[in-house]
Amino acid sequence: MAQQTIRQAINQAFHQEMERDSTVILMGEDIIGGTGSPGEEEAWGGAMGIYKGLYRVYGDRLLDTPLSEAAFVGAAIGAATCGMRPVAELMFIDFLGVCFDQIFNQAAKFRYMFGGKAQTPVVIRTMYGAGLSAAAQHSQTLTSMFTHVPGIKVVCPSNPYDAKGLMIEAIRDNDPVIYCEHKKIYDTTGDVPEEMYSIPFGEADIRRDGDDVTIATYGMMVHRALEAADQLAADGIECEVVDLRTLSPLDTDTILESVENTGHLVVVDEAPPRCSVAADVAAQVARDGFRDLKAPVGMVTAPHTPVPFSPELEKHFVPSADKIAACVRDTLDD
Amino acid sequence: MTKAITMPKWGLSMKEGLVGDWLVAEGAEVGAGTEVVLVETEKIAGGVEAAEAGTLRRAVAATGDTLPVGALLGVLAGADTPDAEVDAFVSEFQANFVPEETDAEEGGDQTETIQVGEFSVNYLRQGSGAKTAVLLHGFGGDLNNWLFNQAALAEHRTVIALDLPGHGLTTKKVANGNLLCMVHVLQNLMDRLGVAGADWVGHSMGGAIALQLALTRPDLVRSLTLLASAGLGPEINTDYLQGFAASRNRRELRPHVRQLFADPSLVTRQLVADLLKYKRLDGVQECLEALAYQLSDAAGQADAVRPVVDSGAIPTLVIWGADDRIIPAAQARALPKQDNVHILDNTGHMVQMERAPDVNRLITTFWNSQP
Repeated sequence: MAQQTIRQAINQAFHQEMERDSTVILMGEDIIGGTGSPGEEEAWGGAMGIYKGLYRVYGDRLLDTPLSEAAFVGAAIGAATCGMRPVAELMFIDFLGVCFDQIFNQAAKFRYMFGGKAQTPVVIRTMYGAGLSAAAQHSQTLTSMFTHVPGIKVVCPSNPYDAKGLMIEAIRDNDPVIYCEHKKIYDTTGDVPEEMYSIPFGEADIRRDGDDVTIATYGMMVHRALEAADQLAADGIECEVVDLRTLSPLDTDTILESVENTGHLVVVDEAPPRCSVAADVAAQVARDGFRDLKAPVGMVTAPHTPVPFSPELEKHFVPSADKIAACVRDTLDD
Repeated sequence: MTKAITMPKWGLSMKEGLVGDWLVAEGAEVGAGTEVVLVETEKIAGGVEAAEAGTLRRAVAATGDTLPVGALLGVLAGADTPDAEVDAFVSEFQANFVPEETDAEEGGDQTETIQVGEFSVNYLRQGSGAKTAVLLHGFGGDLNNWLFNQAALAEHRTVIALDLPGHGLTTKKVANGNLLCMVHVLQNLMDRLGVAGADWVGHSMGGAIALQLALTRPDLVRSLTLLASAGLGPEINTDYLQGFAASRNRRELRPHVRQLFADPSLVTRQLVADLLKYKRLDGVQECLEALAYQLSDAAGQADAVRPVVDSGAIPTLVIWGADDRIIPAAQARALPKQDNVHILDNTGHMVQMERAPDVNRLITTFWNSQP
């Protein structure tokens, strides 16, 4: 099986789905040209190069939009209600504020308000996360904002296999899907089948088996959790690492099953702690798995502050493998 | 005779294995084919057999060690071989051992694909014998179902294990899923590969396909080995067929897969995860549903293909697990001729995986008994 990066895996998903389904169109800022691009034929394919090579094949099914998220995200949602399958790129999740009405009060509500007669098969791809010193307005992990709203599905892959399968599922899904990509893991490699496949939403993946502690997390934090699990294994502590994959719907069964076995839970999230995915998972396990827990749920998150620009501060802001390992030990000592 | 017992390579992706318990103590006599030590990979656990009879003189690898494919696990020698000679053998082996290139592109066995009509067929060829054998996996399986068998059988034949239509890396189409569709692809494949006749080994659905091939093209079939085969009787576990086809996630799939083994602990998380990766490929769902529909008519299939066995025209070996929960072993016991029927205790449907050494030996002996 071929090794691909997350960037290549998502790109392949678009190549294959656009060939299969002529209603799939791509919209966003600089997705054809891109700052510094020498021209259309050798375009960058978006800020992170996800769309590279698609313009040459699919031409005007890629739409370079003005710098107005309110306009083009709204247009994508409108097109979705009229039979297209648009994928809009919200370059950074931090720009959510300027197009949130279109997402949470329009797209998320159509199926419900039109009695199931309307569907909105739109995908909004967006980049999240710190680590590039992109400062407070371009580094946030706002995943929980979408997860909070009923009517939207939220996807957050950690590896190339999942990235392709979840993107294909997102495009084929008839509801609005927010597809969150962490900017630091685009070059992560892994085996990706050449054939098309889709991963159903709402199934977490167990990335590592262990009997001592469950670590539940998603996106880039899966890599940090696996690093921590490696460290802890050297001391005989075996962590089960649960990759949530989709935040909405959330696979609570897999988390609860794992906690039933380990009796300990650590939740890890790059977002600040309040009202976060970590807080949500902790609360659900406290409610539904209380009798299985042998200690309080451990939480490893960013602090409740904006993301600092300074590389040194930013390094301390993002949860590290060391912090996760320390939290696991605390949980076991409790 | 001083012989190394080495870390086996079970499947193309295996690079290293975890050494489990030794089943035989140092100094003990072992027969050819005796399992001497357990090995676990991320996908599967199994026993490593002694290639020939002898005394286990050294258990070099310790339980808990993770070692690359080909690494020295133990040394087999005559009871009277001097200690110094055994030690020298170990030192020399270790001094010269170079782990196989981890890059799968470099050397080693590779699967190949060949275009047969509208099908791109994926297969793995091992061995170089003048005679050819073909291995046909069952419903929902792939060529990796033979990972404990193919290398051992390849010492006696050129052995081709293939991914059947709708499975593995072969095109995900099966038309209406009946046996004739499969046979049509197989006979064209044999033409393309230039194989005039072969010893066919079929597991479960693969057995029924081999039987149908023997009806349609008897010239292609020198012998039949049927492992827990479909096509021999009216019963099949339709809950399994439909459940396997319908399962969308790990939780749904795991209980079905556990029915395949007498020892359900063999069903690792990775095994279920790999099956899910297959099931999620576009087109697979439709293929499995069509095949499950056809296989569910076990009585009809048996009426069609069982006469091949009853007539005795083609040499046939039948192997079954006594605890098979998919197709009952009673179907093997009901066959008119019992001399080549072997029912293995404490064994489920995946007989070639659960009892690989026994199955390999039975097949080899059967082949060698043929003219």
